[in-house]
Amino acid sequence: MNAKVPPNPTSTSKPAGDGLRFYGVWLLGIAALIVLPMIFSSGGSLTSFSLIGIAIVFALSYNILLGQTGLLSFGHAVHYGLGGFAACHMMNAVVAHKWPIPLPFIPLFGGLGGLVFAIIIGWVMTKRAGTVFAMISLGIGELVASSSLILRSVFGGEAGITTDRTALPKIFGWSFGPQLQVYYLIAFWLVLSAIAMYALTRTPLGRISNAVRDNPERVQFIGYDPHVVRYLAFCFAGSFAGVAGGLAAINFEIANSAYLGAIQSGLVLFSTFIGGTAYFFGPILGAILVTYLQLGLTSVTSVWQLYFGIIFIGIVMFSPGGIAGLLMMHRPLVRAGTLRTVIPSYLVAIVPTLALACGVILTIETVARYSGGEAINLFGIGFKPQSPLTWISAAILLVGGGFVARLTWRRIAEAWDRAATVARDRGYLA
Amino acid sequence: MLELIVISTLNGVLFGMLLFLLSSGLTVIFSMMGVLNFAHASFYMLGAFFGFQLTKWIGFWPALVLAPLLVGAIGMAVERYGLRNTHKHGHVAELLLTFGLAFAIEEIVSMIWGKSPVDYRVPALLDFPAFTIFSTNYPAYKLFMLGVSVVIFVALLIVLKRTRVGLIVQAALTHPHMVGHLGHNVGRVFMAVFGVGSALAGLAGVIAGPALVTQSDMAAALGPILFVVIVFGGLGSLPGAFIASLVIGLVQTFAVALDGSLASAFGPLDPSAGPSVLTDIWNVTIAQVAPIVPYLLLVIILIVRPMGLMGTRES
Repeated sequence: MNAKVPPNPTSTSKPAGDGLRFYGVWLLGIAALIVLPMIFSSGGSLTSFSLIGIAIVFALSYNILLGQTGLLSFGHAVHYGLGGFAACHMMNAVVAHKWPIPLPFIPLFGGLGGLVFAIIIGWVMTKRAGTVFAMISLGIGELVASSSLILRSVFGGEAGITTDRTALPKIFGWSFGPQLQVYYLIAFWLVLSAIAMYALTRTPLGRISNAVRDNPERVQFIGYDPHVVRYLAFCFAGSFAGVAGGLAAINFEIANSAYLGAIQSGLVLFSTFIGGTAYFFGPILGAILVTYLQLGLTSVTSVWQLYFGIIFIGIVMFSPGGIAGLLMMHRPLVRAGTLRTVIPSYLVAIVPTLALACGVILTIETVARYSGGEAINLFGIGFKPQSPLTWISAAILLVGGGFVARLTWRRIAEAWDRAATVARDRGYLA
Repeated sequence: MLELIVISTLNGVLFGMLLFLLSSGLTVIFSMMGVLNFAHASFYMLGAFFGFQLTKWIGFWPALVLAPLLVGAIGMAVERYGLRNTHKHGHVAELLLTFGLAFAIEEIVSMIWGKSPVDYRVPALLDFPAFTIFSTNYPAYKLFMLGVSVVIFVALLIVLKRTRVGLIVQAALTHPHMVGHLGHNVGRVFMAVFGVGSALAGLAGVIAGPALVTQSDMAAALGPILFVVIVFGGLGSLPGAFIASLVIGLVQTFAVALDGSLASAFGPLDPSAGPSVLTDIWNVTIAQVAPIVPYLLLVIILIVRPMGLMGTRES
């Protein structure tokens, strides 16, 4: 950074301002968690908020593995599920033995459940990283999910294990019957876990995990065992996933084998990766988006999972940094003041990109509803799945939109390069 | 007892050969390109559904040829337009791409053909019992499946070990740049290998479809076992994949056929103990454990020999 005065007052040259902004973001987040249910107080939105809170804890725990240690796990739901079962059993035990343990402490036992399993199986699993770890995690995930159906006395078979959260000892006179109280419990654990996980990224362990992700040989040279580091990261990730599972058990008052399964593992991978693994807030964004889409899309279309898959493939191919990566790409441009040279090309690209998206949606829905025959409602326009007119418009939107969109995307890339060059000249982009 | 052993051995070898048809493609793709193709079992499923649809339209025998070709073409398109562009983001991105693809293919298949099993029948020409042993009729179609698998296995071995094409493929596995300098189009070799691997998976789907159940979750059910096979056999080792396929095929088939449990061997536990993990384990039959047997093998091999049966590399 040379003589040029930064136009933005809160840049890296002012650490005091940065600290203020850092705590400001956290306080803002906490304030939002407290205020949101007061603004959107309907039962539906409270349920959504609770689910999103659980999903955020789960996705953040997954990112300890994927983003920070570079371990791609396909079996992370195992810890989540075992945490859920541990929490359920603990709640039932508390009720049965009249132990003085109130509900807010239950997620701790969920975390313990996830941790214990990580300690037992993690040493073998983390011997190898990369693709091998991915396959092994998948195998172990399947192993646990299938075993849960055999060990009926612990996992309750297909029906799962139910519990009653209101039967536990009261604290502050809260019965945790109403969803609002459960929401605040989840929000409390969300804040606690998020702070703990953020702090973890700042510890030497968090730093050396990043080093293991980037270059295990070098880590070995400076005297750390990458295997041990991976194992520790795996245990931390397992515990926090267990906390998320415990919260889910409290929220639904049930734990069953679906908690452990491949679908749950896939969903958390989707959330984390779509949000972006390189930044701490990436998985948070991803969890919010995926949970919201999941809740919103199920009522609109029967094939919502396909849209997930397509979004995921799109992110993997075109923006491996996820949404957070896309957003953070613009930071140097904002600082250098060159963002406005890019915006026109964005605006030009919106129309064909939207047309392409409509084409994709129309094609999928036409196929999905072809035999059922119910009409497709796209932005208020009705389409009949059997009519050739629908197929023609879908094809035109798909092919034409795709063709024009490619041209405009190329323009964006060019405008971006120019803006980035200017930003680099001004010293905002390394 | 002898009847059970003979029939289970036949079925086990059959299932093992099917597993090998799938894992051979997966192994060759993996060791060549470093890409673990998560969508491999999905190509198998596509093969089964294409086989079903084409059988309905043009009959089984044309479908047997056409469906694998279609699946191979899809595989080549995936390599050309997906993986090749994702390659610059590293192996994890490639793995995730195929994972997303597997997910999307499952959704598309269940969208088009529905979630319940389709009526994919054994062709009339092969719908008769081949021989009868111990009063059990062994279907001719299963022998046909076995025959196709063996022919493919032998053909694959000959092509890889004895022909010029195999020489180039093997060289491209270890020294892609050198092969490129010698004037071969390595990109096209990769695309062809990916296509052939996918086509093999598709072929396995076409012939397995009528014998097993053809439905939209068949890929999700088989995929993890495939990974167990190639980890168990040793990553990138074709002989290892072969042995592992047979072992897992046999072990699982025998486990399904056996009805014994600890309780039946040693008598039930004291009922006053009540339901617990111990009674669960005591009463569970071997047949019930069959689905988790491959994963138990995986855990054991990881502890005893992390590089797999025939593997040479630690990682």
